[in-house]
Amino acid sequence: MEYAFVLEKLILVTVIFLITLGIAAYSTLAERKIAGFIQGRVGPHRAGPWGMFQPLADGGKMFFKEEIIPAESNRFLFIAGPSLALLTASIGSAVIPWGRALTIGGRTIELQVTDINVGLLYIFGVVSLGVYGIMIGGWASNNKYSLMGAIRAASQNISYEIAMGLSIIALLMVTGTLSLKGIAAQQDGFWADGWFTWNVFKQPLSFLIFIVCAFAECNRTPFDLPESENELVAGYHTEYSGFKLGAFLFAEYINMFVSSAVMSTLYFGGYNFPFMHDLGLSENVVAILGVLALFAKIFFFIFFFMWIRWTIPRFRYDQLMNLGWKTLIPLAIANIVITGIWMTVKDLI
Amino acid sequence: MNLFYLIAFLSVFFSLLVIFSKNPVYSVLYLIITFFTFTIHYVLLNAQFLAIVNFIVYMGAIMVLFLFVLMLLNLNKDSEPLKSNIVKIAGVVAGMCLLVTLAGSVKALNVSDPLVLKNPDIGLVQNLGKVLFKDFLLPFEVSSILLLAAMVGAVLLAKKDPKKV
Repeated sequence: MEYAFVLEKLILVTVIFLITLGIAAYSTLAERKIAGFIQGRVGPHRAGPWGMFQPLADGGKMFFKEEIIPAESNRFLFIAGPSLALLTASIGSAVIPWGRALTIGGRTIELQVTDINVGLLYIFGVVSLGVYGIMIGGWASNNKYSLMGAIRAASQNISYEIAMGLSIIALLMVTGTLSLKGIAAQQDGFWADGWFTWNVFKQPLSFLIFIVCAFAECNRTPFDLPESENELVAGYHTEYSGFKLGAFLFAEYINMFVSSAVMSTLYFGGYNFPFMHDLGLSENVVAILGVLALFAKIFFFIFFFMWIRWTIPRFRYDQLMNLGWKTLIPLAIANIVITGIWMTVKDLI
Repeated sequence: MNLFYLIAFLSVFFSLLVIFSKNPVYSVLYLIITFFTFTIHYVLLNAQFLAIVNFIVYMGAIMVLFLFVLMLLNLNKDSEPLKSNIVKIAGVVAGMCLLVTLAGSVKALNVSDPLVLKNPDIGLVQNLGKVLFKDFLLPFEVSSILLLAAMVGAVLLAKKDPKKV
């Protein structure tokens, strides 16, 4: 283990973590700005130009608010809940390839923290852990609304994980690898062999199921049943205040960022962009432009999350379960069968 | 090797906590940590696929359901059903039988021969998939039928009126 390698990875992890936190903080501002835009309002605009300092003001407010731990609650688990939510949200970004390898002074630097060969399953595992923070926090609050929110979160995540896993299987049949680096590298450029290289054009149904499930796993509207305010006060975080509430809200935005990155990598070509090899640029410039392209895609998906939130009303609970079990899972299985038949007929195996 | 002993100690420690904690929700949380240490064991054995599947299925899915049920029941000391002495004695005898069986089978193992795999990469997805679908195709398919039967059975049990199936 050479020191340069450790240093390189350490810098990469730090940078990614800071970017994640920065994007999560400014997502709160973007959410309010987009809500304002869609509803014909201005949105926050007092703190700094265009409200640029609003996230800092909100963060400061969260820090200095009084922390209240309910007397009848379970003290340790009450604190563990939001911590776990923040932790599981942040570790997902470890396997995402942020760009092509950079070459500086004869040394190749991979813009990916680690390329484990089960990267896709790792993401899936982290997503499935995400519900523990909500469940533990909701249960430890010792409040019936919190408990209802926690139980809703658990059943919703379990239901949509199945459809998500099945939609990924169809994608895997096309890519033939579980490594996210491999999947991103396969979608090189934009057009090859008479068809688009990006997986969304090869597996559109799989992408549709995946994005619906991603909304459900992030507890975003129209699937924000765990915290539906007109039934459950504030759902699983009813009893939370101050920075612990901030941690829960922050975790939601980090989840949004990571799932946007995963969707961009799996289906929208990751760091690849059209004509990347035809511009006559050096490899390093292409790599940096690729990182920018990936972030442009991520920002689009974050915008899409917010766009949906202020457009589509919340589902009823039975509608949520019907959509998951009776629509998405059969569709995903049909997609697998169709993909299998198509690959056999075209002799692609 | 030191890492192995540390993780093995943690596995045993947390699995003991599963048994000894009074609150069932704590037991499940300790069980989750125990499964996490198992995941680390699999990683140490270079069985990445098994590790991640253990992570997803046991930690991510089955334990969520356990926690879900226990939270719904919200068991505490007052609502815990009293167990008679006969049940306790039967439990002790059954546990002892299991212990004797396990000890016997461990003793029968040939421990003097350290396990050296012919192919240390057998745990990687590609190799494991090839072995499963070439050498062990029949057992693999039979076990999938078993799982399917269990699933159909669960759906049948959950149906309110079995006559209207």
